[in-house]
Amino acid sequence: MGEFKVHRVRFFNYVPSGIRCVAYNNQSNRLAVSRTDGTVEIYNLSANYFQEKFFPGHESRATEALCWAEGQRLFSAGLNGEIMEYDLQALNIKYAMDAFGGPIWSMAASPSGSQLLVGCEDGSVKLFQITPDKIQFERNFDRQKSRILSLSWHPSGTHIAAGSIDYISVFDVKSGSAVHKMIVDRQYMGVSKRKCIVWGVAFLSDGTIISVDSAGKVQFWDSATGTLVKSHLIANADVQSIAVADQEDSFVVGTAEGTVFHFQLVPVTSNSSEKQWVRTKPFQHHTHDVRTVAHSPTALISGGTDTHLVFRPLMEKVEVKNYDAALRKITFPHRCLISCSKKRQLLLFQFAHHLELWRLGSTVATGKFLVSGKNGDTLPLSKNADHLLHLKTKGPENIICSCISPCGSWIAYSTVSRFFLYRLNYEHDNISLKRVSKMPAFLRSALQILFSEDSTKLFVASNQGALHIVQLSGGSFKHLHAFQPQSGTVEAMCLLAVSPDGNWLAASGTSAGVHVYNVKQLKLHCTVPAYNFPVTAMAIAPNTNNLVIAHSDQQVFEYSIPDKQYTDWSRTVQKQGFHHLWLQRDTPITHISFHPKRPMHILLHDAYMFCIIDKSLPLPNDKTLLYNPFPPTNESDVIRRRTAHAFKISKIYKPLLFMDLLDERTLVAVERPLDDIIAQLPPPIKKKKFGT
Amino acid sequence: MAALEEEFTLSSVVLSAGPEGLLGVEQSDKTDQFLVTDSGRTVILYKKPLGSWSVKQGQIITCPAVCNFQTGEYVVVHDNKVLRIWNNEDVNLDKVFKATLSAEVYRILSVQGTEPLVLFKEGAVRGLEALLADPQQKIETVISDEEVIKWTKFFVVFRHPVLIFITEKHGNYFAYVQMFNSRILTKYTLLLGQDENSVIKSFTASVDRKFISLMSLSSDGCIYETLIPIRPADPEKNQSLVKSLLLKAVVSGNARNGVALTALDQDHVAVLGSPLAASKECLSVWNIKFQTLQTSKELPQGTSGQLWYYGEHLFMLHGKSLTVIPYKCEVSSLAGALGKLKHSQDPGTHVVSHFVNWETPQGCGLGFQNSEQSRRILRRRKIEVSLQPEVPPSKQLLSTIMKDSEKHIEVEVRKFLALKQTPDFHTVIGDTVTGLLERCKAEPSFYPRNCLMQLIQTHVLSYSLCPDLMEIALKKKDVQLLQLCLQQFPDIPESVTCACLKIFLSIGDDSLQETDVNMESVFDYSINSVHDEKMEEQTEILQNGFNPEEDKCNNCDQELNKKPQDETKESTSCPVVQKRAALLNAILHSAYSETFLLPHLKDIPAQHITLFLKYLYFLYLKCSENATMTLPGIHPPTLNQIMDWICLLLDANFTVVVMMPEAKRLLINLYKLVKSQISVYSELNKIEVSFRELQKLNQEKNNRGLYSIEVLELF
Repeated sequence: MGEFKVHRVRFFNYVPSGIRCVAYNNQSNRLAVSRTDGTVEIYNLSANYFQEKFFPGHESRATEALCWAEGQRLFSAGLNGEIMEYDLQALNIKYAMDAFGGPIWSMAASPSGSQLLVGCEDGSVKLFQITPDKIQFERNFDRQKSRILSLSWHPSGTHIAAGSIDYISVFDVKSGSAVHKMIVDRQYMGVSKRKCIVWGVAFLSDGTIISVDSAGKVQFWDSATGTLVKSHLIANADVQSIAVADQEDSFVVGTAEGTVFHFQLVPVTSNSSEKQWVRTKPFQHHTHDVRTVAHSPTALISGGTDTHLVFRPLMEKVEVKNYDAALRKITFPHRCLISCSKKRQLLLFQFAHHLELWRLGSTVATGKFLVSGKNGDTLPLSKNADHLLHLKTKGPENIICSCISPCGSWIAYSTVSRFFLYRLNYEHDNISLKRVSKMPAFLRSALQILFSEDSTKLFVASNQGALHIVQLSGGSFKHLHAFQPQSGTVEAMCLLAVSPDGNWLAASGTSAGVHVYNVKQLKLHCTVPAYNFPVTAMAIAPNTNNLVIAHSDQQVFEYSIPDKQYTDWSRTVQKQGFHHLWLQRDTPITHISFHPKRPMHILLHDAYMFCIIDKSLPLPNDKTLLYNPFPPTNESDVIRRRTAHAFKISKIYKPLLFMDLLDERTLVAVERPLDDIIAQLPPPIKKKKFGT
Repeated sequence: MAALEEEFTLSSVVLSAGPEGLLGVEQSDKTDQFLVTDSGRTVILYKKPLGSWSVKQGQIITCPAVCNFQTGEYVVVHDNKVLRIWNNEDVNLDKVFKATLSAEVYRILSVQGTEPLVLFKEGAVRGLEALLADPQQKIETVISDEEVIKWTKFFVVFRHPVLIFITEKHGNYFAYVQMFNSRILTKYTLLLGQDENSVIKSFTASVDRKFISLMSLSSDGCIYETLIPIRPADPEKNQSLVKSLLLKAVVSGNARNGVALTALDQDHVAVLGSPLAASKECLSVWNIKFQTLQTSKELPQGTSGQLWYYGEHLFMLHGKSLTVIPYKCEVSSLAGALGKLKHSQDPGTHVVSHFVNWETPQGCGLGFQNSEQSRRILRRRKIEVSLQPEVPPSKQLLSTIMKDSEKHIEVEVRKFLALKQTPDFHTVIGDTVTGLLERCKAEPSFYPRNCLMQLIQTHVLSYSLCPDLMEIALKKKDVQLLQLCLQQFPDIPESVTCACLKIFLSIGDDSLQETDVNMESVFDYSINSVHDEKMEEQTEILQNGFNPEEDKCNNCDQELNKKPQDETKESTSCPVVQKRAALLNAILHSAYSETFLLPHLKDIPAQHITLFLKYLYFLYLKCSENATMTLPGIHPPTLNQIMDWICLLLDANFTVVVMMPEAKRLLINLYKLVKSQISVYSELNKIEVSFRELQKLNQEKNNRGLYSIEVLELF
């Protein structure tokens, strides 16, 4: 297989933002996640927990609440006082509407999904009617004294519970008046705290209200009489979130200590019909505050300041004890934040509000040394990596995507409202940067940017569904063509791949298949047969123009663009099936590349492994060892050849965010150790003060 | 646990049940009354017989009578086409409402809360009211020629009536699901799988939110499940359904009589049929979740292979009379599963073993056991049965236990054990021990020790299976048996362990001589006593230059110095005889939990505690003789076990022991030894710290900086 010189990069100082809200949609089995920087991500739990969509964040938009309504419509509300609806097809914000109640702290969709309720800073609870294309203010409920931090509908839709500071109110939806006001005990372990914040409420169909508060209590109230039924003290710090299962037989709460508790409704004795809520299982998968929890039919979902999204399957609800029953922790985005200029050995890192350009170092060790160097050896550095550029965005919007051209002289990035293109000039060690001004109006916002291999063309997937081709020459650009989306579809394209000869462009959306365009003739060439699972990465091989597509269910297909059909190798793989360990990996493949001299090799990686697939070797079956970390010793060449299989895997670099081939013998690997992220998080807060 | 209660016979009148049995048993509008339709001309309303109606001679009832729950009337069809509706007050069926239909009726279906449905033989369905409005209306044909309806069931799902019926044509089965309100009819083909020539003998179905779970009992004796969606994805298309194996070989495939299957609740099914080809028919209740037989009842007079289940009552034709068996399913509890719950046993009923046998094929539909294997076992079982057609050896053994002499029992047990792995081996062993122990309790003179020893050595018993065994052995002070139990049982409670310990410590040396204790764990320590003294000196040398005891433990040192000779002697010779040592080792090996053990340890007399401590101290010294800190022998106690027990004994009895003059020196010796050991270990600690640097070096290699260039080779 040969050896590689690997530039092992750990200076990508990426820290994901903390998770603020999660909202589970039972109908589509999707999870919406909002982060503290305002980013909203959609995970498809049926498609191997793939992060299929995301909406970039905004500095002034701190999302405090997220909910699904009317089936598949997603709404969020935040401290800027606005309610927003997201367009899940075009991947943009449909509209934002001021609720005129100051910062919004909570939001809940009615059980029928046709109404939306928001709780505001000024103590008002506002009811909105959801119309097919907008929302419409209907009326205010009785104004309360302090901000409304949590809301919950009764499943019948007749009453709501609202958690505030020191008390819980029950409203009648018809009249809009408060029926009950239940005062929450301020006492905390015998000491009277200043205030008791009701972080979450849940209204059950039997009239029970469950509240969680800053004194570490989970309390059960009878909404008919307004009395406290039962109280569990579960934490020394705030209990910040609650989510109830649809069957109302179990619920989950998250605390500021990072613990998640599972409560279940179980019979008092083995054969009685009388049931009571019992705290059954504590889980400690977080180091920081668990800001939000969700309860899917089969799993507890939690997220918080430590940026991990954790899925903890409930073993009693999982029917098949397979790999899906395993705990899942998602930390890194399922898309590439890094691009690389092979020619100049540059890496472009994308952060929320800035870009960093680094030049890789070099080693004196030449080919000769490399031959003598053993696996795992560190080579002496003759030149360290340089930080060349720090490019800050203007405005409050997060960067959606960025790209550096293979020649290293162009950088492009996009936010929601603006597209930026820069020309870089290298004079010895100095770099000068010049912005290409006068971007055409259609290039306002891009979901994906890609340069052709010779850096003469720029491909932009706009959020209107169109693909633009721009010709770059010297310091100027010329718009060549725009592939318009097929009529009737507004689906945005999220992934692009261009063939090294520049003739073919492949584009993939979140659900519809992969389209291949002929760049020379400027027309749609073919569409790859649709597959059930979203595409996570794709690339076109040099010479053969085979399109390699990785899907979220860990299948990899190879499609010959000239022949418009799957290649023989791909058919063989599908016939034999992938190794079971390969299919059980829980992070998607995020990047695919090829070796210029070895046409049979496909290089791909996910967060925990890097793999070279050698198509000339036999495929492994379930009995063979997929990953062998040890070099073969004392084995004759014959045995070695017999046991060798197509998948050459390395798990040295992890978590691996990016890996690409710089030249025939050189790789670049960008790692982001979890310890480094944790070191940058705020210290775990045990006692949180309100409003800080 | 699901349980069948005492059966009772419904009628004293012999029903005119034909060879096919009854036509049907249906619920009436009162919970404890049932409509029985025989295969001739009569409909009877039962609690005790409350009403009986017959059609005229020459006419024949072709469809079981049902109750229209909305009106309280009864509906029956005779001569395929003639519908009769009457109520309790009517006497003569000939004079009641009559409607002649234009097509032949297969069945009338009625459940609580909705109007009855009429299913015609051609597959069409009508509501009763709609039909009565125009009895002569044209009835369309739904199913194809030669397709015959085999079975049908009617559900109400979310207040929508759903009708399912199964048809057969040339050995192929089809399921039709009719959503009555929306009039959507969906057809499914039931795929039979590889076993093409199996015939489905009985169906039952239950319904949950989204699926109808159709269970079928095949002629191979297995129960299969097929999930049918209530709301079809595409009603136009003909869809295929695959069945999955639910339970394997619950009844014999080639039984002469009919077999029947009924779902009792989500987890339980009742199966009527003979479990083995030769045996009598049996009604058995299976838990499909755990694949276990819950209970069963023999029906010696034979049945018609029909089974109905309404409101906790199972109905079947037993011999010539209609038998009702109430069925109850209590929620199973952990205590019940662990056998800690005492089962109340009905003396009259046929005792089905309460030891669940996990290895017999009958209950195992578990994934890893492939069908071939189970078939093989089944075949073997059949051979065995044919060899001894009358009484299986296990039954014989059980009857022997109840009456015969100890010697005879021993011979029988040995015979049985020589047979070895019969499929119900576990169960029989369990039953045998229980039987023996029951007899032991009843007859104080009866104590089949050898038998019990043999049974324990089969490795299939545990404490919770036969708690009485150790109780009796404790009463008889049978240390040999107790030792065996301690070695074999994984689940002895701490109180019993402690009781054993008490006996082991208190039993006289002379009575020990007579016993035949397993000496595996004991090594003859007397041999290398010379070596010992050297070791003692060595510990002194190890302290290397400084003597930490000098000022801190002056007194004890002095005391010790007074009788150095005595001390060495005492510590090097074993304080207990070898046999007792073997017994105590069994205690040391046993599993325990500190919290439960400590209170019981306090009950042991102080001199016995001292003796035990002495023995432990001796073992500890022996341990520290070699570098690996182990004792010689085949299965010696480990150092951790010794230390733990020293801690436990001191914890529990320190205040008592410290007051005893004879224990004082022992404690001081122990203290001294511990101190010297600690100093040794603190030295070791220093060495370890130096070596830790080595680890750091390793870590540094792994923890590279922010950037490096490395060599990677892929294999």
